[in-house]
Amino acid sequence: MATSATTHAHAAPQGFIRKYIFSLDHKVIGIQYFFLALTAVWVGMFLSLLMRLHLYWPNAVLPLVGEIKPETYLSLLTMHGTIMIFFVLTTAPQGGFGNYFLPIQIGAPDMAFPVLNMLSFWTTFVAFVVMLSAFFVTGGAPLHGWTGYPPLSAVQQAGPGEGLGADLWIGSIAIFCIASLMGALNFLTTTLDMRAKGMTLMRMPLTCWSWFITAILGLLAFGVLLSAGILLLMDRNLGTSFYVPLVVVNGQIMGHKGGSPLLWQHLFWFFGHPEVYIAILPGMGVTSQILSTFSRKPIFGYKAMVYAMLAIGFLGFMVWGHHMFMSGMSPYSAFAFSILTMCIGVPSAIKTFNWLGTMLHGRIRFKTPMLYAIGFVSLFVSGGLSGPFLAQPVLDIQLHDTYFVVGHFHLIMGVAAIFGMFAATYYWVPKMFGRMMNEFWGRVHFFITLIGTYAIFMPMHYLGIAGGTRRYSQYTEVAYMQKLMPIHGFMTYAAIITIAAQFIFVINLFWSIFKGPKASDNPWEATTLEWTTATPPPHDNFGGVTPVVHNGPYEYGVPGAARDYVMQTDPAIGAAH
Amino acid sequence: MRDILASDVIMPTLTPKTPTTGLGRGGDVPSPPDGGDDGRFPDSNLPDYGARLRRARLGLICGIFTVSMVFISLTSAYVVRRGLPTFDNLSQAYVRDWGSVQLPWLLLAINTVILLVSSITMEGARRDITRRAALAPVKSIPGISLGEERGFPWLATTIVLGMGFLAGQFTAWMELEARGFFVNTNPNSSFVYLLTAAHAVHLAGGIVALLWAGITAVRQKPVEARRIAIDVTAWYWHFMAVLWLYVFALLAIMK
Repeated sequence: MATSATTHAHAAPQGFIRKYIFSLDHKVIGIQYFFLALTAVWVGMFLSLLMRLHLYWPNAVLPLVGEIKPETYLSLLTMHGTIMIFFVLTTAPQGGFGNYFLPIQIGAPDMAFPVLNMLSFWTTFVAFVVMLSAFFVTGGAPLHGWTGYPPLSAVQQAGPGEGLGADLWIGSIAIFCIASLMGALNFLTTTLDMRAKGMTLMRMPLTCWSWFITAILGLLAFGVLLSAGILLLMDRNLGTSFYVPLVVVNGQIMGHKGGSPLLWQHLFWFFGHPEVYIAILPGMGVTSQILSTFSRKPIFGYKAMVYAMLAIGFLGFMVWGHHMFMSGMSPYSAFAFSILTMCIGVPSAIKTFNWLGTMLHGRIRFKTPMLYAIGFVSLFVSGGLSGPFLAQPVLDIQLHDTYFVVGHFHLIMGVAAIFGMFAATYYWVPKMFGRMMNEFWGRVHFFITLIGTYAIFMPMHYLGIAGGTRRYSQYTEVAYMQKLMPIHGFMTYAAIITIAAQFIFVINLFWSIFKGPKASDNPWEATTLEWTTATPPPHDNFGGVTPVVHNGPYEYGVPGAARDYVMQTDPAIGAAH
Repeated sequence: MRDILASDVIMPTLTPKTPTTGLGRGGDVPSPPDGGDDGRFPDSNLPDYGARLRRARLGLICGIFTVSMVFISLTSAYVVRRGLPTFDNLSQAYVRDWGSVQLPWLLLAINTVILLVSSITMEGARRDITRRAALAPVKSIPGISLGEERGFPWLATTIVLGMGFLAGQFTAWMELEARGFFVNTNPNSSFVYLLTAAHAVHLAGGIVALLWAGITAVRQKPVEARRIAIDVTAWYWHFMAVLWLYVFALLAIMK
């Protein structure tokens, strides 16, 4: 029989490749996911910079892409959205931080299926490479946007980039789906079956709850996108007519007939809306964690937070139709989707008020992670408030396909989730790499990024209400849009400054990883299990010891306790409830 | 005594006399039994096959949910596309273009029987390995012999039957093409190929898992480790049989 000294399923690896490349260790895989997402976010951000420069200076010749034609603009738009949503917002919060900290926070030595975990990272990596390769094939990257609506996405001749580029795009998404499904399966099994003694579900940190609920959403949503993508590939390459009606391209009748573009929209958005919550829920989890830790107070309404997240996840599957109000939907369906969408405001408000309640009367320590967590709440509110506008079918008809929508989803899904990731990075890098990040430059980065993102995305709301359409590559030719150009100019300058500020972040990150001051085991005086182990954690997370949990995750400011916090592994503090 | 502030009403200051231990759910003594692994693991450091089996089954349940979602979405696409009228320019009217497919019924029925029989042999393999795993500790007692273990080759039979099913499905596709129904002939035929192929791909995954279980047997892995592989694959295999019955019924009833 095995003679392993610990219950850890696999021994510590020796060679470089087993240790750092094809590693089975969830911590290494988490870091791999993190750096994959960091690479992807720079690619995506560079694309957005090109778009913003082109919008304000339409005739400028830009680096790498040269003169931007309308189709070039559309391919930048497609790749920006796809890379950001799949390889950043889905990859870093769940694959990166979730992978690293879920097992440690529940007291497990590793994920439930380490080999599957490694496979899901490398499958994601392959998907990313396939996605990037779409830039370099004949015709370039596809034009159909991240939503890939047919018939544009389903007909090879529909435009440059709709040939091989679009096939690679769909292939990459399909590979990504498989990777995410493997990851979700692993997360669910780990959470349900690997918790340490005493770690009941209701004692899990809210981060673990958010990763768990995100995994449920992923498990149910990505399969639908996978089937939708297979149908699309068949329409493109096998001549079927699932999505494509009789279409004429350049005077030539394509072979399809009778298909329904709406079928794709239903399948896509059945995935697409839960995907929004896949991106934002881990941010909510880490925000709860950090607000409680740095306010030195228990999270306000732990149970309400859990049930609110469950409710958001559940409702997230019922509202896909609100993306399709303009598709000729029956007013009765639109009414149902509208009501259900506005229902999501209830759990979202519960969460927001609980975050504020957590900070109320706290002894707040304004460290960089805390600033980002507060920034998350701010962006979640300001991005969320435009949601009920768009949930009204009547208003949506006016606002559909305008910059109002762009402003809305960038604030709530893009920037809020990114702020969650920044908060998590500043909070957990000391544990992951054993070094503290620079506090001063962290604050500089925070304030420029906060003001900068508001400066980029708030004006979009005005632009949208004024009739500024989205997805157009050039606004200088239309009289009423010319009057809106100063707003575009403002947003472009804000984007340049904000993007420049991100260099502060990466320099701070890499400098700190190698040269930062050494971190103690528990630099933030936090209570959850990752702070009970060494920094950085040993291969089996707890050095051969299996932690036993006695307390809830947010025992701060406990009266009568020796310190102002009680670790989860400390002896039980009494059954007060 | 200090003045009572409005804030004290909203968030009264806690005193040591009322030891509320926070809203993050306080500590209960003793630990409730539903917390993760507690109580189920003795302090042994040996790999616990019972825990690994439970974990693998849990993973499989998640996997079955995923595969179900794939087929649920394909079904909804099927239903929507089937009921969809399309505007015909020549007659200036809405017509249904679903079309018809002459399925090779006999062949598909034979395939169904093959798959159901393979499900039975798979169950045989699962029960066989469970029995062996249960008897494994007895074997280590000196002087105890259970005789030569030469049972029916359940696993190999299942693999052969599974491959037979795939070959049968391939023959069915050949037959469909011979009858003039290609993947792009009409929406109905597109879905016939799509659904059968999607099922076949998942079944092929099951065969790979069975081959892997066979390899672990050759590599003399402990019987408990083999049992986990075979047990989980068996449940997946049964799910594949049920899934095929569903796909077949869908194609037969909603023609």
